[in-house]
Amino acid sequence: MTMDNADLRAVWLTLQLAGAVTVLLLLVGTPIAWWLSRTRSRAKGAVGAVVALPLVLPPTVIGFYLLVAMGPKGPFGQLTEALGLGVLPFTFAGLVVASAIYSLPFMVQPLQNAFETIGERPLEVAATLRASPWDAFWSVAVPLARPGFVSGAILSFAHTVGEFGVVLMIGGNIPDKTRVVSVLIYDHVEALEYMQAHGLAGAMLAFSFIVLLTLYTLNPRAVRNVS
Amino acid sequence: MKARMLRPKVTVAESKTMPDNGNGIMIAVVMILSRGNTLRHIRLTLSALLAVLTFAAYADEVLVAVAANFTAPMQQIAAEFEKDTGHRAVLSFGATGKFFAQISNGGPFEILLSADDETPARLEKELLAAPHTRFTYAIGKLVLWSAQAGYVDARGEVLKSGRFAHLALANPKTAPYGAAAIEAMKKLGVLENLAPRFVQGENIAQAYQFVASGNAELGFVALSQVYKDGSITSGSAWIVPASLHAPIRQDAVVLATGKNNRAAAALMDYLRTNKARAIIKSYGYEF
Repeated sequence: MTMDNADLRAVWLTLQLAGAVTVLLLLVGTPIAWWLSRTRSRAKGAVGAVVALPLVLPPTVIGFYLLVAMGPKGPFGQLTEALGLGVLPFTFAGLVVASAIYSLPFMVQPLQNAFETIGERPLEVAATLRASPWDAFWSVAVPLARPGFVSGAILSFAHTVGEFGVVLMIGGNIPDKTRVVSVLIYDHVEALEYMQAHGLAGAMLAFSFIVLLTLYTLNPRAVRNVS
Repeated sequence: MKARMLRPKVTVAESKTMPDNGNGIMIAVVMILSRGNTLRHIRLTLSALLAVLTFAAYADEVLVAVAANFTAPMQQIAAEFEKDTGHRAVLSFGATGKFFAQISNGGPFEILLSADDETPARLEKELLAAPHTRFTYAIGKLVLWSAQAGYVDARGEVLKSGRFAHLALANPKTAPYGAAAIEAMKKLGVLENLAPRFVQGENIAQAYQFVASGNAELGFVALSQVYKDGSITSGSAWIVPASLHAPIRQDAVVLATGKNNRAAAALMDYLRTNKARAIIKSYGYEF
């Protein structure tokens, strides 16, 4: 097992990416999960299906559509260019957005389950105590849904670390920007640098096992709900 | 009557498309026998059967690993090959380096059409390829290409202008066209300036995709990807002079797994025919 400087930089970049995606998903995923757990709207099924799409779509499909949509000819690319952000493929920000889309169900589904488990009752009680919905959400729902937040965050983080296909499609393999561990392992294998590939791949295997072990020990129920 | 006489022939042709030759023959025999009552029919049946068996004896499949840059010409050659010989070439496209890793770990490929000459030589040295089968099936050309018309000038001066954000190329560590691009930029003295703008495709097909989608303004791709019958198919391009990089010799080799496959030998011969060479040439390769 050997790891050189380039390997360590890829590890650091991967951790930054996974961290940024997890934070972004906590911000975006929470309201979606909350809405899904409370709504009686007919759109619930459709929204739930869209959220779950990355579970079944091959990463190549997501990567390909993102490359086209976020490119200078795509609608999303034209929007980001109009906003002065430039186009997102080949950038760290682009990877964050793409990975967040790809890992969305891993945040939303545990959260939605946790919110649904709470039921109406505690929130009704909070309302009778004159708590505003906003207040009730923060002081009742969030503490009660803590296991969901923990599972969602751990799974999103781990899933982003393990992501490969989407990054390969839109990353461009740029050191310190888009060359994450999974892509670098692929590079090493292709270049027949099996020793270096072993170093990173072994570390990845150990990391993934520890994450899942932690999750199964801490919160076995939430894991079952996702899978 | 005429239509009837033609029928067994149709049956023969049908058996060609059956995935398994054994089953194909069985079905053909059953179909023919169920029809033939008179002596005349039996004679016809026998000759048809003979034709089926003869065909089956020659029709083999060969699994070919094809370097990504050779995708389009090889698809065309494989179709002609099947038409002319009855053998079927099953194609798999990708980066040469990846194929090497797969072949050395027991991959099932029987022929490698490499993007370089080193990989086949190495396979032969490591006894993974059949000896004395290597030959250069094409010499590739590197091209600087943009999907926008008028973006790349006829002398590649755009590289020095540096007025772009992304320059796509294939991974130079694993793809010969990527290595050739690095060599050319080094000779032009622009490598250090441009390196921060590199976006690397896993293979030459992905480099092309980055440019074609407009995400990279320009990039180094294989001429075969943007050239057909004497001209650039879209956008603008500069064919990098051969003096700026070592020639990209693309060698073919029969792998150890394909040593006894007649279809493999037939395909290697077919690649040298004038018909195949005309196709290869039409995509801008040389010999």
